[in-house]
Amino acid sequence: MNTHFTIPKFRLPSFVARLGERLPQWPHALALVAGLNAALKMKLLPASELALLEDKLFRVRVNDTGGEASYTYRNGLFRPVFRPEREPDLAFAANLSAYLQLLARQEDPDTLFFNRELEITGDTELGLVVKNMLDAIEWPRLPLIQTSH
Amino acid sequence: MSQLPDLICPAGSLPALKAAVDNGADAVYLGYKNDTNARNFAGLNFEAKALADGIRYAHGKGREVLLAINTFAQAGRVDDWHKAIDAAVDQGVDAIILADVGLLDYARNRHPQQRLHLSVQGSATSYEAINFCQREFAIHRAVLPRVLTLAQVEHVIQNTSVEIEVFGFGSLCVMNEGRCWLSSYACGESPNTVGACSPAKYVKWDKQPGRMDTRLNGILIDRFGDAEPAGYPTLCKGRFEVEGDTYYALEEPTSLNVLPILPDIVKIGVRAIKVEGRQRSPAYVTQVTRTLRAALDALRDGAERYHVKPAWQAELAKVSEGSQATLGAYNRPWR
Ligand code: SF4
Repeated sequence: MNTHFTIPKFRLPSFVARLGERLPQWPHALALVAGLNAALKMKLLPASELALLEDKLFRVRVNDTGGEASYTYRNGLFRPVFRPEREPDLAFAANLSAYLQLLARQEDPDTLFFNRELEITGDTELGLVVKNMLDAIEWPRLPLIQTSH
Repeated sequence: MSQLPDLICPAGSLPALKAAVDNGADAVYLGYKNDTNARNFAGLNFEAKALADGIRYAHGKGREVLLAINTFAQAGRVDDWHKAIDAAVDQGVDAIILADVGLLDYARNRHPQQRLHLSVQGSATSYEAINFCQREFAIHRAVLPRVLTLAQVEHVIQNTSVEIEVFGFGSLCVMNEGRCWLSSYACGESPNTVGACSPAKYVKWDKQPGRMDTRLNGILIDRFGDAEPAGYPTLCKGRFEVEGDTYYALEEPTSLNVLPILPDIVKIGVRAIKVEGRQRSPAYVTQVTRTLRAALDALRDGAERYHVKPAWQAELAKVSEGSQATLGAYNRPWR
């Protein structure tokens, strides 16, 4: 457990979501895709599992900010999809605090899922691939957000 | 006081292994990235290189690595299982956890010095079965299935010199593990054939307004309200209509948690306590390992003063499937 700080479970007031829904969605998508591609460059993601993501459409929704981003993986790069023309293969929906807890490895996705704080819909096996891939990443230690080890 | 049991924790990835070691596991158990182990899920488990890193990390801190090759060799492909055993020995794992008697035989003859454990998938519930495996394959330890009462566990321990390991925390698999075909009934694949119960490709989380349905290969297993904790859809933990009543007819979607009876488990001479969950994330491994370590250390510091801290129970309840804890078979009046 990181001794530096703990991310509490919180929910942003609903006006934030109403505001967020009216903002253009592309900044989220770009930030997310940039992060994923950075992880690719650092070779943190294994090739064998990446192959399983080819051409799949993913959607990440942050309930309490109203933000939503869609992206896909093609020819070795994650790419934002601004106007998805079909239902995603895999979709996540949760409040911001749940995503932060996941990223800091403070909570386990199964815990959040079983407790109904994280919604995952679509191809269950693909969801498992993504979850296990993220779990297996050895993040370089960041000075501020220490992961759980 | 009896010797404190080893705490054996799951690792589905290198970060999970490190989390287990850093939070007080005496040993981690893991599997190769293929169907030689009973948690063969996409993206999970270890390739040779990650295993080498993991062994180095654990041994550097004086902990052990146990490798599970606990599925049954499939006809025509027995070589794959033999190769896995040879590779494990080469890599220097502390013990190999096996279920298949053919593989036990192979490992014992080919690698006489290798420490072997009998897997829970081997379904040995009596001391006769365990002593047989000791005589034939010189097993060092046996993991008991989660179907015995505490008195039955004690009876086994009193009648064998093989070390006994039991489950201490995690999701329950109730059907004489290793012999359960429920998953095959629903989807044609089960733990002992493909290395996974109810594989994810057959699972559907079906979100409807106000509820979520869970399905396994199309079969409705359970239905949850929006705020109700959910569980993974295995047939054994489904809600079924039986003679007009709809309820969990076989098993509730709960997690085993032995903290309340930990002093008894230690007293009867259990040598190792195992945490289920190789499919879970490093965060889960951290939380569960840390909690069980604290409980074991409290016991070491004085069995009379041991009591279960609410904070431990809260931490374990949070990560439980269905968010409920039970003592499982350990205190069941019927057998
Ligand atoms: S269906 Fe239930 S009892 Fe059978 S193997 Fe799966 S988890 Fe275990």
